[in-house]
Amino acid sequence: MVKEIEKTGMPVAHLCTIVPISKTVGANRIIPTIAIPYPLGNPSLTEKEEKDLRRGIVENAIKALETEITEQTVFQ
Amino acid sequence: MSKYKIVHYINQFYAGIGGEDMANYEPEKREGFVGPGQAFQGNLKSEAEITATIICGDSYYNENMEEAKNKILSMVKEENPDLFIAGPAFNAGRYGMACGDIASYVEKELGIKSITGMYIENPGVDSYKKNIYIIETKNSAAGMRKAVKSMSAFGLKLLNNEEILSPSEEGYIKRGLRKNIFVEKRGSERAVDMLIKKLKKEEFTTEFPMPEFDRVPPSPAIKDMSKAKIAIVTSGGIVPINNPDHIEASSASKYGKYDISRFKNLTCEDHETAHGGYDPSYANEDADRVIPIDVLRDMEKSNRIGKLHNYFYTTTGNGTAVANAKAFAAEIAQELISDGVDAVILTST
Repeated sequence: MVKEIEKTGMPVAHLCTIVPISKTVGANRIIPTIAIPYPLGNPSLTEKEEKDLRRGIVENAIKALETEITEQTVFQ
Repeated sequence: MSKYKIVHYINQFYAGIGGEDMANYEPEKREGFVGPGQAFQGNLKSEAEITATIICGDSYYNENMEEAKNKILSMVKEENPDLFIAGPAFNAGRYGMACGDIASYVEKELGIKSITGMYIENPGVDSYKKNIYIIETKNSAAGMRKAVKSMSAFGLKLLNNEEILSPSEEGYIKRGLRKNIFVEKRGSERAVDMLIKKLKKEEFTTEFPMPEFDRVPPSPAIKDMSKAKIAIVTSGGIVPINNPDHIEASSASKYGKYDISRFKNLTCEDHETAHGGYDPSYANEDADRVIPIDVLRDMEKSNRIGKLHNYFYTTTGNGTAVANAKAFAAEIAQELISDGVDAVILTST
């Protein structure tokens, strides 16, 4: 899905937990997330801590979309 | 002659421990065969014996790869088998990744022959086919009997040091390896034969298939994020409560498009997940954990981004055919372009 959308010239940030899968399928801007059932959260944190964590990941994704790249890049 | 020893690797599901709620199950070793191991044992007959089965949850393995593979490696080492069999994983993505990864690691670190079985579209195939033999299977456990039969036969061949023939003869997935062989006719003659067949429009088999480069070059970055329209797409199956369009829990035949213009934040009152491939309790409790609407709304307000697109697109990514996913995404992409979207955040579970 990432590739089909990226083909049109729109940048795609792929947020996923299993980075090797994302690399294999060919995403270009890869943003690692927390866990499979809660990529953008962590139920063991307080609501505020969890939102801060989520904000950090989304900010990372936005930065990835602002960054020019020439090859697959994992934004840690 | 003493029997060959085999260690078998399976996930929590095939061990009968549980489904997604038990996917964080830590590696455990049991004596003898478990689950599909029984069928393997039947096919291996008196030539080999499954002495131990190692069980590990799919999420545990994929989320803690280093730890999981080292724990499992030491369990395999204790048994010192002649062959290591993982799976088969069919089209289960995380199971396939785990099978491919552990089989590669066992073979590399311990020098023990290792095989697994998967459906051709499993992401584990492209990641690990270079390292190990992956027997091609059907896409679901309905193909178990056949998969076990071919994996057992192939495993015995390896154990008996028999010559391994080409992928199509043996039923394993092409590894991209070249092998020198002697043939009757020299290259120029074979090439001319092929050309003649081609001119006559007859079937011919190339000796050098061109590799498929299925890559898309990165799109240019967004210059001014404060004016950009961002859309969310997910394979995590988030849907309005009660899944109005009945998106399937696995092997999705459709995707959904839903209006989020009135939501500042998703809650268990209004959204849930339809995905059947991971424990849904966390996403059902708060769908922002899969599609971060709350944070993106804040970013829209503070003008970090220009606008969050009024709709999000969703499907379930587990077991969904690549051809379907491609078709969904091609349609979605066209709509996004006509709606003036500049960039996409795509989340996967």
